[in-house]
Amino acid sequence: MIVEIFNNFPYIFRPSLLLLFLTITVLFLTWLERKTLAKIQMRMGPMFVGFHGTLQPIADAIKLALKEDILPLWSNKQIYWFAPIAVFVPAFLIWVTLPISNVFVVRNLELGLFYIVSISVLSVLGMVLAGWSSANKYAFLGGVRAAGQLISYEIPFIMAILSIAMISKSLNLITIVENQSSFPNILVQPIGALIFFLSGLAEIGRTPFDIHHAESEVAGGPFIEYSGAHWSVFFLAEYINTFTVAALVVLLYFGGWNWPTMPFEGNTHSFLSALWFLFKCYLVVLLIFWIRGTSPRLRIDQLMSFCWKLLAPLSFANIIVTGFILYYKLPWVILSVSSILLLIVALYFIRKKTNTSPQKTIKLYSANELRAAGKNNSGLETNND
Amino acid sequence: MITMNGKKMQFSNISTDINLDNLENQDSLDVIVNMGPQHPSTHGVFRLVLWIDGEIITKAEPHIGYLHRGSEKLCESELYSQVISLFDRIDYLANLNMELGFCAAVEKLMEIDIPDRAWYIRTILCELNRIASHLLFYGVFGLDAGAMTPVLYGFRDREKIQSVFESVTGARMMHNFIRIGGLKEDVGNDFKKDVTKLLSTLKTSIDECDELLSGNEVFLARTKGIGTIERQTALDYGLSGPTLRGSGIPEDIRISDPYGIYDRFDFKIPVGTVGDSWDRYYVRVEEMRQSISIIEQALAQMDEGPILGNVRRLIKPPKGEVYTRTETPRGDFGVFLVSDGSDKPYRVKVRAPSFSNLLALTKMLENSYVADSVVILGSLDIVMGEVDR
Repeated sequence: MIVEIFNNFPYIFRPSLLLLFLTITVLFLTWLERKTLAKIQMRMGPMFVGFHGTLQPIADAIKLALKEDILPLWSNKQIYWFAPIAVFVPAFLIWVTLPISNVFVVRNLELGLFYIVSISVLSVLGMVLAGWSSANKYAFLGGVRAAGQLISYEIPFIMAILSIAMISKSLNLITIVENQSSFPNILVQPIGALIFFLSGLAEIGRTPFDIHHAESEVAGGPFIEYSGAHWSVFFLAEYINTFTVAALVVLLYFGGWNWPTMPFEGNTHSFLSALWFLFKCYLVVLLIFWIRGTSPRLRIDQLMSFCWKLLAPLSFANIIVTGFILYYKLPWVILSVSSILLLIVALYFIRKKTNTSPQKTIKLYSANELRAAGKNNSGLETNND
Repeated sequence: MITMNGKKMQFSNISTDINLDNLENQDSLDVIVNMGPQHPSTHGVFRLVLWIDGEIITKAEPHIGYLHRGSEKLCESELYSQVISLFDRIDYLANLNMELGFCAAVEKLMEIDIPDRAWYIRTILCELNRIASHLLFYGVFGLDAGAMTPVLYGFRDREKIQSVFESVTGARMMHNFIRIGGLKEDVGNDFKKDVTKLLSTLKTSIDECDELLSGNEVFLARTKGIGTIERQTALDYGLSGPTLRGSGIPEDIRISDPYGIYDRFDFKIPVGTVGDSWDRYYVRVEEMRQSISIIEQALAQMDEGPILGNVRRLIKPPKGEVYTRTETPRGDFGVFLVSDGSDKPYRVKVRAPSFSNLLALTKMLENSYVADSVVILGSLDIVMGEVDR
């Protein structure tokens, strides 16, 4: 029934439906993130508003909407107010072509992937504008960091998408998902999935890549001067982006809404597939939250070298291998095996390069030995004067 | 005149040697970033002015004094027994170690014999406080590196230690429990049982904390080789405590200049080999384990007996001066006490380990990344209450 209502819904009003869906998703994601982190950290998380804090996101939204909007004295007013919109609109626009199931889509584009890639670059503009116009050095540092980070990670991100387009021979997301009905793309592109997921994390600025709004150094980065509704728009965009990356990972690599076996048909099938797809998305989202709960933050130079020295070459190698196998029409198994081999080689080089083996550089001196070594020596054998 | 977004901007209160007149002739201009006193990761009210070129720090200028309460001067107008509560507030994360530092000085001046039981209880409490302080360091260091979970693990275990403190002294912090000549009162009957139970939980939870953070590749990348301080430089700057031991010098007051009953215990001194942030971090993690071993030995050796030596109600040390050193979680805590024979100290000078350790910060920050400044500052484990006094 829901499918029929959606199909009969006029195209012109579908974006408002999408906005409703995304807002509910974001509200749920904030609650889910707080609860997941609380579980990891042995806390309860929000407990007071509603059953187990389920109404907490609504209370937060009301609080944020009622807060005073503060304009810093030195800020550039027009850019300062425009920046949240510049971040939010691209995040929203991506969802115009993201299908939730084969029927639930605002407008399925033939060049869907190309559209997503081109729109996702735009959000960096808002970050830089916010950082620049705040007239705050932390915000400025954060904005510049965001620019460097997001533009760098665009390359492995696009290259991973490109290899999927090569395999599927289409840029249409629904076609890509339907091509995966026998087996998901992760089996033939494990390394592509990894690159896509990692660079996706960097694109949305999530731990361990949350350098542009690192609390311990730049104290919130581009958002430091924002408050109230404008601040909440930034975070609305961030959570939408998180969900976008999760959805893209599921669409491109985990078979979208494809069931192993599907007993239903017609509209029931479409509706249940949408639920199945959302379930998969939330699993990826939980993985992102899990990483946030456990991992420290990389430094900006480490982040850049990780991108340019590892992810970018690896994604190019992945494209070459995929192209080679497509050209000679070799079986898919060779692609998956070579992809895994590539991954092993890469991991070997990471181990070798980073030189961060957790070997303990600590020596233990016994107290009795030190006492025997000399009562007046006080352990300072190198003290010359 | 510097303009930003078309408006005039003024830099106030920041000393600068940048020539603003011929900006066109300079290749690049360092950005001056002010960190603190209100900044999430300056560990209290520490202020750091950074000159940065891109992401690299070219110059760093620390400013202290935002938490100066004049503790040393206040001591001069209080009775000896009242000074203890002032010392509680010097290093507010290791209160009992602070109390012990002052009491040890007065006891040395008055040549009081302290009963064994009092020393055992003092040692157990001080070592517990050392663990509590290091657990807080562990959590906050994780936060500095960008991990948000360790701080909650650290606080979970610190809370258990504070519950034991509460049952013994009546307060979670600011105990005012150690007295000149002994202790305020004896511990309860179930003290041994409580501490044994606490130690068994601490052992597993310290291992858990260690596993959570120490092996993490990102954490290792952020701490290994960061803020390295050489062996000789560490000595030259007068560093002490885990910061000095991280640089490879097995110096511990508990062994080199033993006070109390520390010569009766066998334990190990963790010493780093490289002198980077990682070594300073892991020395502290290992020290928690050694403290547990000291407490276990003290519990086994402890006997019944009096808890207060032969001291009068009104403490009047003889005329003279004394200097004592104790090992607090942050290092060599020295108290220089001058007495004029009255019931109030003539002068109390505190040699704060945090202050000396902080001196090395400027050197460590040279040519490091902005993000590393936070990690380096965190690895020194300073307490501003102690730096400013």
